[in-house]
Amino acid sequence: MKTVFHTQDGLIHAVNGVSFHLDEGELLAVVGESGSGKSVAMMSLLQLLPIPPAEIASGRVAFEGQDLVRLSASGIRQVRGARIGFIFQDPMTSLNPVFTVGFQIMEPLRTHLGMSRRQARKRAAELLELVGIPGAAARLNDYPHQFSGGMRQRVMIAIALACDPKVLIADEPTTALDVTVQAQILELVKDLRQRLGMAIIWITHDLGVAAGIADRIIVMYGGQIVEHARIGELFENPRHPYTRALLDSLPGRHKANEKLRSIGGQPPLLTREPDFCPFSARCSHVHDRCRAENPPLERVSESHDVACWWDKERRAISGGQLPESVHAR
Amino acid sequence: MLAEANTMRPERARPADTLVSIEGLKMHFPVYKGVLRRKVGAVQAVDGLSFDIMRGETLGLVGESGCGKSTTGRAILGLYRPTAGKVHFGGEDVAAIEGERLRRLRPKMQMIFQDPQASLNPRMTVGSIVAEPLVEHQVAKAGERRARVRELLDQVGLNPDYVNRYPHEFSGGQRQRIGIARALALDPDFIVCDEPIAALDVSIQAQVVNLLQDLQHRLGLTYLFISHDLSMVRHIADRVAVMYLGKMVELADVDALFSKPKHPYTRALLSAVPVPDPKIEADRRRILLKGDLPDAANPPKGCRFCTRCPEAVAQCFDVEPEWRDLEGGRKVACHLAN
Repeated sequence: MKTVFHTQDGLIHAVNGVSFHLDEGELLAVVGESGSGKSVAMMSLLQLLPIPPAEIASGRVAFEGQDLVRLSASGIRQVRGARIGFIFQDPMTSLNPVFTVGFQIMEPLRTHLGMSRRQARKRAAELLELVGIPGAAARLNDYPHQFSGGMRQRVMIAIALACDPKVLIADEPTTALDVTVQAQILELVKDLRQRLGMAIIWITHDLGVAAGIADRIIVMYGGQIVEHARIGELFENPRHPYTRALLDSLPGRHKANEKLRSIGGQPPLLTREPDFCPFSARCSHVHDRCRAENPPLERVSESHDVACWWDKERRAISGGQLPESVHAR
Repeated sequence: MLAEANTMRPERARPADTLVSIEGLKMHFPVYKGVLRRKVGAVQAVDGLSFDIMRGETLGLVGESGCGKSTTGRAILGLYRPTAGKVHFGGEDVAAIEGERLRRLRPKMQMIFQDPQASLNPRMTVGSIVAEPLVEHQVAKAGERRARVRELLDQVGLNPDYVNRYPHEFSGGQRQRIGIARALALDPDFIVCDEPIAALDVSIQAQVVNLLQDLQHRLGLTYLFISHDLSMVRHIADRVAVMYLGKMVELADVDALFSKPKHPYTRALLSAVPVPDPKIEADRRRILLKGDLPDAANPPKGCRFCTRCPEAVAQCFDVEPEWRDLEGGRKVACHLAN
C-alpha cells in the first residue's frame, strides 16, 4: 500500500509500501508518532481519504475475497460500517451533535441490515447496554452533549459494533480520555472481544496500552513499517533502533533518578522520495547504506520482521543467532 | 511573620526552606442563569487546598481533567483572584496583593503552558517573544537584551541564530523550548509547568523533560509540575499531590505514593496506568471506578469521592474527611487511611 498527498509544496509520501495481514479474531496494535502514517494507512484501507489531494498510488486490500481499494463508492459503503467498523479518536467531533444518540446507532442498522424502526430501536438499546451505559433504553433520546467523554466513546463503540462487524478499526480511541476512563474502555474492549470474537486493529501511540491488549504489534515510522512482532517478543527483543529508542524513552522502564534516554532530532519530513531509511537522520547506528537505500522489511524469526540495514548486518555477523551481549541494554 | 504569629489561627510550622506556602486556597467560579443573570451557584474548581512547595523541589500535581489542577497552578501565580485562602511567596500573600506589588513579584514566578502552538504569538519572532518579559519589566537595555535572548535560546538547546524566525517554522518540541526560554528570561525561582509535554510525541517528551531537569539543576529552580501522565510525574517529581474534584486527596514523597498509596482514589488512578510491559500487563488487576466525575458545581456531601469509592463506609457519605498528617511527612484526606 502506498498513499501520497498532492500539495502545493509537492508530493507527501504519507504511507510508503505498508503490507500486513490481520488474522481472524486477533488484536493488532499499530504504534507510531504523529505523522508516522498509521492513521492514513488505516483510512486508505476504507477509502476514507479525500481524493484529491490524497491518492492511493498502489496497493491491494484483500478482505472477504474483495479488493477494497478497487471497490466503487457504493461497494465500499456496503463494507464500511457493516463488515468493518471504525472508531475515531475524538468522540465529540465524530458524533453528530444535532441527532440523538439513538438515531445515530440506528442509522447503520437500518441502511445495512434493513431493519424496521422498531427492530433497530430495540437493537440500539441492546448495544448501549452491551457497552455498559446504564439506563440504555431511556438514553437513546439523549444528544451527544448530554454524555461524558467516556460515555461518548462507548456510544462510538456501540455504533461501530452495530452490524456485528468482522473487523474493528480503532484509531486512538482512548487518547482523548482520562486514565481511569481509558481503563474502563480497555476492559470493555477485552470483554467484547471474548464475547463477539472480532478482529481489531488498534492504532495508538501509547506502548503501555498496546502491551495490555495486543496479540501482535506493528511499529511505524516515517510512513513505513519498521518492525512487526508478537507483542511479548517486541518488548523483550526489540531489534529496530527506533523501537529500542522508543522503549528507552519511556519513564516507566527507567530506574528513578536516571536520565531519560531521548531520541535526538525531529521526525522526518515526508516530502523526499523515500529512497533512504526514514530513521537514518536520528539513528545512532546509521551508516552510508542507510542514507542511500531504503531497507526492506525482512523476516528474522517466526512472526518477527524488521526493516533495518544495521540489524541485517548484526544478523549476518552472528550467523542468524544473536549473541547475548547484543540484547543487554 | 510577627503579625501572622499574633493572629488567633494556629499557624503551621513553616520550615525555612519553604518557597511557596498555600493555605486554604479556594477558587469558585460563579454560575449565572436566567434573564437577570442571577448567580445560581458556583463551580467549586478548587476548594480548600493547603500545602507547601519546598525550595528546589519538583512537586507533581496529578489528577484527571476537571479536577482543578490547572486552576490551582494559575491561582498560585495570581492569574486568578482566589475566592479564599492565602498563597505565601517571597514575603507576600499573592492572593491579597494586586497592581504594582503583584507586578514586582511576577518575575520570580513564571509559567510554561501546555500548548506551545497557542501560547506563542504567531506574528512575533522568536527573539521578540523571548525578549518580551525583559521589555515589560525593563530589566535590560536593548543591546543587553539581544545578548540575553541569544543566551536563553542557547540554554534551552535552540540555535541562537533563529531569533528572527517565527513560531510556525519550528516543530512542537522546539516551540515548547521557546516557551521555556521565555519563562526563564527573568531568572525566576518558581515555575508552574502546566502539562508541558502533553501535546508532544513520546520521543520528544523525553527531550523536554530532560531539559527541564537540567535547567533545574543548573539554575536551582522549583517546579510545580502539573500533569495527567503519572509515569512521567513518577520520573520527574520529588513529591506528588493527587487531586480529585477540587480537593487534594493525598500528598507524599514520590516513592511512597507509588509504592504504598493510601487513598482509594490514588490506588484506582495508579492501577489504571498502562505499563509498557506485556508480562506485567497480563496479570494485572485494575481497580475500575464506576460512573463519572460528579458535577463540581454540586459536589457530593461528605467525602467527594464517596460516590465512586470502592471502599466507602457510611461515614464517608456524611462527614467530610479532614486533610491530616500521616507518618513520613505524608498527608491524606480519607477516613479509612492510616
